Parts: sequence; structure tokens; C-alpha cells
Amino acid sequence: MEKILVGLKRVVDYNVRVRVRSDGSGVETDGVKMSINPFDEIALEEALRIKERGDAAEVIVVSIGNSDARQQLRTGLAMGADRAILVETDEETDPLSSARVLLEIVNREHPGLVLLGKQAIDNDNNQTGQMLAALWGRPQATFASELVLDGNLAKVTREIDVGLESIEVDLPAVVTTDLRLNEPRYVKLPDIMKAKKKPLEQIPLAELNIEASARISEIAFALPEQRQKGIMVDDVAGLVAALQDKGLL
Amino acid sequence: MTRILLVAEHDGTTINPSTAKCVTCASELPDAEIHVAVLAEDGASLASEVAGLTSVDKVIQVDNPANSYPVAAILAPQIVAIADGYSHVFGPSTTFGKDLMPRVAALLGVNQISDIMSVLGSHCFRRPIYAGNAIVTVEAPAGQPVVATVRTASYASAADGGSASIEAVSVDADLPGHTRFIELRSGKSDRPDLQTAAKVVSGGRALGSAENFDLIYKLADALGAGVGASRAAVDAGYVPNEMQVGQTGKIIAPKLYIAIGISGAIQHLTGIKDAGTIVAINKDGEAPIFEIADIGLVGDLFKIVPELEAAISS
Repeated sequence: MEKILVGLKRVVDYNVRVRVRSDGSGVETDGVKMSINPFDEIALEEALRIKERGDAAEVIVVSIGNSDARQQLRTGLAMGADRAILVETDEETDPLSSARVLLEIVNREHPGLVLLGKQAIDNDNNQTGQMLAALWGRPQATFASELVLDGNLAKVTREIDVGLESIEVDLPAVVTTDLRLNEPRYVKLPDIMKAKKKPLEQIPLAELNIEASARISEIAFALPEQRQKGIMVDDVAGLVAALQDKGLL
Repeated sequence: MTRILLVAEHDGTTINPSTAKCVTCASELPDAEIHVAVLAEDGASLASEVAGLTSVDKVIQVDNPANSYPVAAILAPQIVAIADGYSHVFGPSTTFGKDLMPRVAALLGVNQISDIMSVLGSHCFRRPIYAGNAIVTVEAPAGQPVVATVRTASYASAADGGSASIEAVSVDADLPGHTRFIELRSGKSDRPDLQTAAKVVSGGRALGSAENFDLIYKLADALGAGVGASRAAVDAGYVPNEMQVGQTGKIIAPKLYIAIGISGAIQHLTGIKDAGTIVAINKDGEAPIFEIADIGLVGDLFKIVPELEAAISS
């Protein structure tokens, strides 16, 4: 195929323990380390491997967000993507709007495959890939742990609750990635330098004429109920006694 | 009146327990009238199973050979075709519902509320974000259908004892042929199902090998428990993916959860925070799992687990 399109979302880094602002207005993101959503990094790695096998000519990374997201796109270019597109907006887009934006980019670029993370680790929505596939009228293969291309087909192994499911989809299609699809490569310093010369196109969101969607409003943020530290026992006899006390044995 | 269309999950033979949990969630909406859609190849017995759940007002049976196996791209247009007149369309937050419901939402032109954990009103819900490290109260816009998935670990199952009517409906929708099911590889087991078991024993990377995981199975069998695992144990190939507990695996709420050789990464803890009693067995006394465990035991699992199994069996 000619092109693979990969979505990269800028999110609070995987290792950061997020804090809810004391006034409940949101989650603290000021001064917090930001990274590519880990599932999106897996999506990009898969696209790069497909290209390196000779099954795709170009890998395009796309992000939606403010100009800070250029940083994650540059990282994607350093990993090996050929060019980047930033759809610029200062507001956080909802999943349906993100899917509509991605569809617009799909209609401009005509990729043979769109690879997205199965969910972003900030809002944990797990929606955008399925929505894009629906609006595009194309197949979706979500939660992929194996992807094999065969001409105009993709055979995808999906991680589902009862085991591993294999499906076959016609291309073009949307594939969303699960954790075990691959292990993303590390970026090397010379590649970071080279990435600075790769094209990064910025398109204001307003230019795309995306249909407005009614947002789900976020009214208040709170901490989850915390579990308390319980008791420590010294040996198996103590454990058995404690379980019997609770009526669990 | 709140009219809720709930999409049933099943394997062609039996209704998945996630459906009865979604019914409980739906019944908490004000003035809820609950209709459950059963899309199957031949859904007669599935429909009567659902009709027996309390709070269900009607079962809509949509039979079609194309529904012999659940494929989101095939189910979604059929659900959209029958969704007219409903204020809400719900499904479970299992891999079945996570795959399907956003496709339904997009075809209806609305955003989705993922993982409802509590109901505050007909359009107001609470849901977890950031792997459960924050809880957000959300409000869906008025005047359009509310499409949502239900975090099943937050709800008890609706009881049997209902007697809803069953209506067979034929749906006229264009079904795509671009997505084809090939096969399902599933580690069949006689043990209690991980997602509904009252007791669960889970093992982590510290087990060291697939063979050593036998220790976990034996203890689970002595307890009549289901078996789970940490992501590290699945990644290492000790056990199959369907056993993973956590943010990207299964979210569970057993009465008793025993974590063995699991350090307690935040993503794992997300999957067990609704458990009744959490027991941790780990050789590292500083492991984060002990911060949330109700009962902790520091020591060598290879000694402790056989001892515990013997004590329970005797």
C-alpha cells in the first residue's frame, strides 16, 4: 500500500501519578511530563515495521491539539515516520470530533490502513478508532495483538475477554492496537536531529469545516475512594485465621 | 420516561453475565423502561433467558444468520435501525461492548459515555479516568440519544424472576461483508469465570514460569476460585491474555482476591479496587500491593502457597 496513517495523542506520561485539583475542576496537567499515548506508540511501531518489510511506502503521523503536540509528532518522526500533520486547536476535542477530523485527513491522504491506539490513557474512552471506522464505512479491528497483511486483506488477532479472536478485513481499514502487538523502539539521538528536517504540516481545525458535535460535559472531578492498608500476618496460620474471621474460608 | 435499549452480550448459547449487570445499572435511571436487544442467529432461548431477568420490560429478538458471531460492523447498523424512539442505548464495558458501542454512537452522530460506574440522573453519570485515579461526573447533552457502556464490576446482577414479553423483529439494514470472523481460540476451563467468580487467585511475574503457575491453579481449585494474572505474567507467556486483570485487562469485583507474586502496579490495582477483601503474598515487604491489601503476608510464595493450599484442603 502507499500510505499508513497513525494517530498520536499527547497525554500525561504513563509513569506520572495524576492529581485531581483541590477545587475539583480537573486533573493537574501543569508542569507534568507529557508523552505519546503508549498505545499510539505501539501503533506507530507497527506501521514502521510494515514499511520496513516493504508493504507500505509512507507512514504519516497525525495529532489533534495545540502547538505543544508538535513535540510528540517530532518524536514520531524520530521513530521513523515520514511526515506529520498537526490539526491545531486549543480546545480538547471529544472522540466523535476527533474521528471526524481523522476522517477528513483520511479523505485527503487515502491511506490503505489507519493504525490507532485502542484507548488514550488520559480519558480511557476507547472510542475514536471505532467511530472513525463507522463514519468511514470501513472495517474495524480493535484490540489487535497480531496484524498480518495479505494483499488487499488484513488478518488481525484481537485480544478479547474470552481469548484470541481472528478476523479478516478488507482494506482500507482501521486497526486499534493492544499492548502485546509489539514493543516500540527507542529513539536514537541522530534520528532526533534528522526528524527536525522532516515535514510537519499544521492545519487549523477551523479550516477542516468539521461538523460540530454535542459534547459530554465534565462537571466535576474527584479522587476515587481509597482502600486502606489492612493488617499484616506472620505466617500461613495467621492468614488462614484472618480469612476465617472474615467468613471467607 | 426514560426508554433504554440495552444490547445483550452472548456466545450464541448463553447470555453473558455482563447483561444482567447492565440491567441493574439501567434500572437506576429514573422511570426506566428497559428493552433488551438480542441479536443472534437463532435467539429464541437467549431471548427467554433475558426475559427472566427482573426489571426487563421487553426483549427484542433479532434473528439473522449474519449474527452467528458478533462482529461490530454487522451488529451496529441493526442496532441503529431499532434504536429509534429510545432515549438511551447501553451496552457492557466488556471487549464486546467496547468494540461495538462507539460504532453505534458514531452512526447515531453522538459521543459515548464509557464505563458508567454510577447513575446520578437520566443524563448524569460518574466514570473513571486516568486508570481510575480520578472520577469524573459527566452530563450528556439533552435532546439526543445517550449511548453508553456500563462498567460491569460496579453493579450486581439483576435477579431472575422477571417475565418480560419477547418481540421478534426483522431488521432491514445494509450489512457489510468487509469484516469476516475466522476463529476463536479460547482456553476452555472448568474453573469459575474470572469476571463473575466470588473468589479469584492471581499470579504475577514472580511465579517465574508457566509450569510454576500450577501452584496458583492448585490453590484456586482448593478454594473454588477463578484464576487471574498480572500483565507481567501474561507478557512473559506464563498464561493466556484472557486472564489479565487490570486497566487494559479485566476489571473484577470478587469477594476475595488473592494476589500472589504481584507487586501491584497502578494499572493492576485499577482492576481490583472493587474487590471485597484483598490478600497479598509477596517476598518484597515494600511492594505497593501491601498499601491496599486487607491482609498481607511477606515471604516466599513457593513455600507459602503449597502450605496455604494444604491448610485449606484439610
